[in-house]
Amino acid sequence: MSTDTTDLELVASSQAHTGKGLGTGNPADAFVIEPPRVRTKKTPRRTRTNFEMLAWLFMRLSGIVLVVLILGHLIIMLTLDGGVSKINFAFVAGRWASPFWQGWDLLMLWLAMLHGANGMRTVINDYAEKDSTRMWLKGLMGAATVFTVLLGTLVIFTFDPNI
Amino acid sequence: MSAPTMDAPHSAALDAAENGASQLITVTLRIRRFNPEEHPDPVWVDYQLLMDPKERVLDALNKVKWEQDGTLTYRRSCAHGICGSDAMRINGRNRLACKTLLKDVNPEKPITIEAIKGLTVLKDLVVDMDPFFQAYKDVMPFLITKGNEPTRERLQSAEDRERFDDTTKCILCAACTSSCPVFWNDGQYFGPAAIVNAHRFIFDSRDEGAEQRLEILNDREGVWRCRTTFNCSEACPRGIEVTKAIQEVKRALVTRRF
Repeated sequence: MSTDTTDLELVASSQAHTGKGLGTGNPADAFVIEPPRVRTKKTPRRTRTNFEMLAWLFMRLSGIVLVVLILGHLIIMLTLDGGVSKINFAFVAGRWASPFWQGWDLLMLWLAMLHGANGMRTVINDYAEKDSTRMWLKGLMGAATVFTVLLGTLVIFTFDPNI
Repeated sequence: MSAPTMDAPHSAALDAAENGASQLITVTLRIRRFNPEEHPDPVWVDYQLLMDPKERVLDALNKVKWEQDGTLTYRRSCAHGICGSDAMRINGRNRLACKTLLKDVNPEKPITIEAIKGLTVLKDLVVDMDPFFQAYKDVMPFLITKGNEPTRERLQSAEDRERFDDTTKCILCAACTSSCPVFWNDGQYFGPAAIVNAHRFIFDSRDEGAEQRLEILNDREGVWRCRTTFNCSEACPRGIEVTKAIQEVKRALVTRRF
């Protein structure tokens, strides 16, 4: 019997009994197959907010509204009155003269951006393995969302047809 | 009544039973072996067996362990689909080896068997179940009541019992949780099994801890991570409508919070 074998046996038995040696940085870690993110030994403290529920509800509700808004938008823009070829500065200026279309576009912008960002947040939560990666990706996405939403809102409200 | 000397009736079933040997077929088990003492990487190993197709996958595994390779490691206990020890990934789907007949998993082709996904593999088909049971414990799967204990049993109407009947069937085999793509990516997610067991108490009329459990499942890693891929319902060897249970918890949260 070589000492080598004994070592390995010790490693194996300590794993089987305690579940320790998983992701603790000791050499025995190489001897198990870990999933991408194992549950932490301690369950994280609860946040006690309804944020996840509100995000989930927002996804459903905004989705329903967006179906109407976007399909309507596509039909008006792409099929009615000669399709895409009619779209020019005058056409957009004419539409935005009416508060109804301003509201439509504003609502569509906000809902679509937040809906998309919320979906991306879910994807990032799923696939980013490290906390720091997740934070950076979410930060970037949040900044891009805020920028687009604010810029769009600004344009809709300050649009001047006589530019 | 009738003469006992009559010839035994001839039937195909009896014939088959008499020459049972002809019923045996060659089955190939392709098992994902992982022995940390030998090699840090898992390997697929084929085992050829002569088996009756009406036998179970667990019988085939036992035959390998007892007759061909004693180092094959897997969990099994009752072998009758109630202890929940032998959940494994057979032909790419989570099943109990003791409830799966060879004839149902296409024995003409090699039958692939691997450990359930999303949990740390310790050896061969044995995974570390600690995170799974930790999530289970976190939802407080026990009766919570206030006030004095009654002097007799807590009564419940048949309808009230029916409300959570489905989720009482859980045997904690982890087939659902380890079939969930959200759990594969993020072990922090409570997973279907924990939610099913929370559901069992949330909707129990005798229990008064529903609000606490809902609060736990309302958090970041709770029910809102479920995106209804139905893998869990499909995997459940007890036929629990897992996704439906999760949706009912979501509905309870939405209706209680508004």
